Amino acid sequence: MIYDTIIIGAGPAGLTASIYASRYKLSNLIIGKMVGGTISYAHKVENFPGILSISGVELGQKMAEQAKSFGVEILGENVGRIEPSFAESDSASAGEKGNLDDGSFRVFTETGKEFIAKSLIVSSGTERRKLNVPGEKEYLGKGVSYCTNCDIPFYKDKTVVIVGGSNAACSGAVHAADFAGKVYIVYRKDELRAEPVWIDDIKDNPKIEVLYNTNIVKILGGQEEQDPLRPRLASTQARSEARETGGQRKVTGVELDNEYNGSKILPLDGVFVEIGGVPASSFLVPLGVEMDENGYVKVNEKMETNVIGLFAAGDFTTMSLFLQQTVTACADGAKAAASAFRFIRGQKAPRLLGNSL
Amino acid sequence: MELVFTDKNFKEEVLESKLPVLVDFFAVWCGPCQMMVPLIEEIVKETEGKIKVGKLNVDEAPQTAGKYNVMSVPTLILFKGGQAVKTLVGFRGKEDIIKEIS
Repeated sequence: MIYDTIIIGAGPAGLTASIYASRYKLSNLIIGKMVGGTISYAHKVENFPGILSISGVELGQKMAEQAKSFGVEILGENVGRIEPSFAESDSASAGEKGNLDDGSFRVFTETGKEFIAKSLIVSSGTERRKLNVPGEKEYLGKGVSYCTNCDIPFYKDKTVVIVGGSNAACSGAVHAADFAGKVYIVYRKDELRAEPVWIDDIKDNPKIEVLYNTNIVKILGGQEEQDPLRPRLASTQARSEARETGGQRKVTGVELDNEYNGSKILPLDGVFVEIGGVPASSFLVPLGVEMDENGYVKVNEKMETNVIGLFAAGDFTTMSLFLQQTVTACADGAKAAASAFRFIRGQKAPRLLGNSL
Repeated sequence: MELVFTDKNFKEEVLESKLPVLVDFFAVWCGPCQMMVPLIEEIVKETEGKIKVGKLNVDEAPQTAGKYNVMSVPTLILFKGGQAVKTLVGFRGKEDIIKEIS
């Protein structure tokens, strides 16, 4: 079948786009491996109107449930590549055309499944930004984490650092202080950029200390010396067990670019990287989709990209550079669906409720 | 069917298993772990007869989680002949996981 629109990405933007598309009676399919998207990493969401307080994963699942209630299928895969549908017969001239003026697209998943759609709504979001410092990769899962909410319970009474100054970092630090004995925030700027409600919580919390204008340049690690759960083992046994379990090396500290209390070395047990994301837009490059220098897809206020019939919404668009929130992702997803409707039906999207214009 | 591993049955079900075993270390509080549930169910079906797949709640099996140094969830560890041979940390897609364990 040929879908009216295929939605790529199953976070708040894509799920909302599907809810609107379904109610516009556009046949649609969602392709995305991470149902719920980035909000699933949030411990608590308290700024989504209509819901006082909810975990990120639950909010994402509720959106998915609502989208599915209108009949959409969510295919849990990644998109490998997209081709204009005329590329099969004449791929050379397709490249020269510069835009996909017949309005249809062939979408291939990573496992080779193929789908055709008259339009696309791409909301593939972001991938977690890495610090790119020595030790980061080596100690992933051994003290380095990209999900404060998931992993902080492993650090009861320990010392951790949260890297970043955004909402995710600051709310993460407040949550971390419920478990850890000491929480540092290391931020490269001189002022945190989270909502003031989080910054107040940080100021009021004696366990949290902020190191401004500071960067981590190296993550340090070594053999675990003391583990209350496991008394030190006799060396032979320790060696054989280390072989069996894959070793016991863990984070022991970080090296900073500025001295703190007279030293550049900060001893600690966990490093939580909360420095936002990088747009997952590279698969759109071959289509000639315009992006800014950081890979954010350029959209106008109707969520149109420079490629006709290809709409974009959510964290990986230039629209999110002003405010990158679940509520804005949802709004932009709805607008993208309205634009897809207008594109396919050749008319302005109807109002779903109330009187017609 | 997806199995449930505990501190009690880990030796018998995982370490002494003839088939390779994929253990999904998860926690109830972890969002990405919940997102992986349907993917793991599909992996169970697709690897049936070749790989044994089961989950381990880190809260309910703290000794095993501690022994294997699990400090991040979700963590998937593949065991062969009683040894941890592959560790995958964080949310992964189904195809990605199958590629890594086969």
